[in-house]
Amino acid sequence: MKFTNEDVQEILQLLDATKYDELHLETERFKLTLRRNRDSGDWSQETQVVSAPNPIKTSLGAPVAKDNAAGAASSKPRDPREVGWMDVRAHLPGTFYRAPKPGAPPFVEIGSSVEENTVVAIIETMKLMNAVHARMRGEVVEICFDNAQFAEKDAVLMRIKPGAA
Amino acid sequence: MILRRILIANRGEIAVRIIRTCQLLGIETVLAASEADLDSMGARLADRTICIGPANSSRSYLNVEAVVAAAQASQTDAIHPGYGFLSENPKLAALCDRAGVTFIGPTVEQLEAVGDKLKARAHAAAAGLTGVSGGEVHTLEDARQLADQLGWPVLIKAVGGGGGRGMKQVRAASELAAAMEMATAEAQAGFGDPRLYLERYISHGRHIEVQILGDGEDFIHLGTRDCSIQRRYQKLLEEAPAPNLSQSLREQMHRAAVAFAKHLKYRGVGTVEFLVDCDGDAFYFLEMNARIQVEHPVTEAICGLDLVEEQIAIAEGRRLRYARRGIEFVGHAIECRINAEDWIHDFRPSPGTVTRALFPAGQGIRVDTHMQAGATVPPHYDALLGKLIVHGANRAEALQKAQHALSNLEISGVSTNLSMHSELLRNVEFARGAVNTAFLEQFLQNRNSEAA
Repeated sequence: MKFTNEDVQEILQLLDATKYDELHLETERFKLTLRRNRDSGDWSQETQVVSAPNPIKTSLGAPVAKDNAAGAASSKPRDPREVGWMDVRAHLPGTFYRAPKPGAPPFVEIGSSVEENTVVAIIETMKLMNAVHARMRGEVVEICFDNAQFAEKDAVLMRIKPGAA
Repeated sequence: MILRRILIANRGEIAVRIIRTCQLLGIETVLAASEADLDSMGARLADRTICIGPANSSRSYLNVEAVVAAAQASQTDAIHPGYGFLSENPKLAALCDRAGVTFIGPTVEQLEAVGDKLKARAHAAAAGLTGVSGGEVHTLEDARQLADQLGWPVLIKAVGGGGGRGMKQVRAASELAAAMEMATAEAQAGFGDPRLYLERYISHGRHIEVQILGDGEDFIHLGTRDCSIQRRYQKLLEEAPAPNLSQSLREQMHRAAVAFAKHLKYRGVGTVEFLVDCDGDAFYFLEMNARIQVEHPVTEAICGLDLVEEQIAIAEGRRLRYARRGIEFVGHAIECRINAEDWIHDFRPSPGTVTRALFPAGQGIRVDTHMQAGATVPPHYDALLGKLIVHGANRAEALQKAQHALSNLEISGVSTNLSMHSELLRNVEFARGAVNTAFLEQFLQNRNSEAA
């Protein structure tokens, strides 16, 4: 038997005629809680599908090497020269792009001079393109991600040597 | 032909919604999921799950070969593509035909006829529909001449585009060169087709669409939907039927949509989108969507049918069961799209993990969602968490019901736009009905300036 929204509505009609304010239902496949707000009389539902996924093992979608884990660059041993270099971090998790569109020249290269409001990259999150700004004056000294690589929130994307641009 | 096992090549709420109908019909389901969705609600509900690639959608949900290979590996009879991703991709439909797998959707020819927006305009004209005046432009000089002829401002659109992507408004000739250059690049990057066309810009327009259903021989409409509540061409709230529309205009739009379906000998569910000029009481063809749409539940609510069930029936080669019986429209329905967006802070996306998901329940209330406690909202896909759909005897009742239902809806762990919907539903102008596509941006602007 499959459980539908119509079933929930029928149960609620039955419950409406009773003094009960809560119903818990638990099966191997799901948990359902129906709760009546005592003030408004409104019902709310909380469901949890608990049945485990039943994967088909094939070679076609075999989990390949994970998209390079983000943030690895920040744990790299530091070169003494790097003292004072500043991190440009991802303010959202998403896909890192070095250029405004495929085929276009990158926003910056190593050695580029940047100002506070220079756009140095794009992070695509939930289909939205978010500009990443340098937020300081200086020179780009390191680019920690490849184009189109996924970056976690707060991952170090680039490093900048501060100074007069 | 009877479909016994269907591969669902999609994710999120629509995957769950399709699985539920298949379960009711006794059809086995296999979910084609990316690595990011292997533990999703859809994966838990489907009979089987098959991994089609990494989280990045261009290597999974947009990978035609992987999807067809998954159908073959799981021995499914058919593929349901949902919306977005490959749903209107003629290459997938063609590859399905070759592999002997049924594509649940229109024919390759029909997908090609409406996917190319210029071809679609030509077909619409051949079916007797009026499009917004405009045409293809190749050069800057072409565009300048056409824009002068149409009158400024104009809209630049991508021939391979649709769904509001790649659209640019140009106010004056001085902005044209830059806008065209950007639009060409975006169209090439987004759709692999740099061609552009130009349309007259209608400032006081309502976005109203007609749902149609065809089996290749019979064609019916399932009434209108008003989708004028949009931000950056993305719909946020929809209702059916479209309010405050004269009966004669409504019937003309119904007839036009059916004529277009008939002209294409359309097979499947589809939507004919129109722009209604609020000043002139006229309507213009915009484009046709050859798939199930996000906002389809408002139509289901007022028609009392299941559009996914109809899609499957048509794919099985059955005739339209409503062609003779007719459809009875009952009441008014409203849908609020619940997005993981921090709408107060410029709609900043908010991926993460949902810690609690509490939904309203009761007569005339439906929630389509893949959210439950512990569900992840990956950053790789769109922000849709689910949809609240309410059905009332009339619009006033539906509005009230929607407000009430929203107050019983709680999602914790990610930011949402729930409070935007609450504020919107209390807005006097919106409650009067018939707002145009500029309304929401204005509403948000007013709100921000009041807050400042």
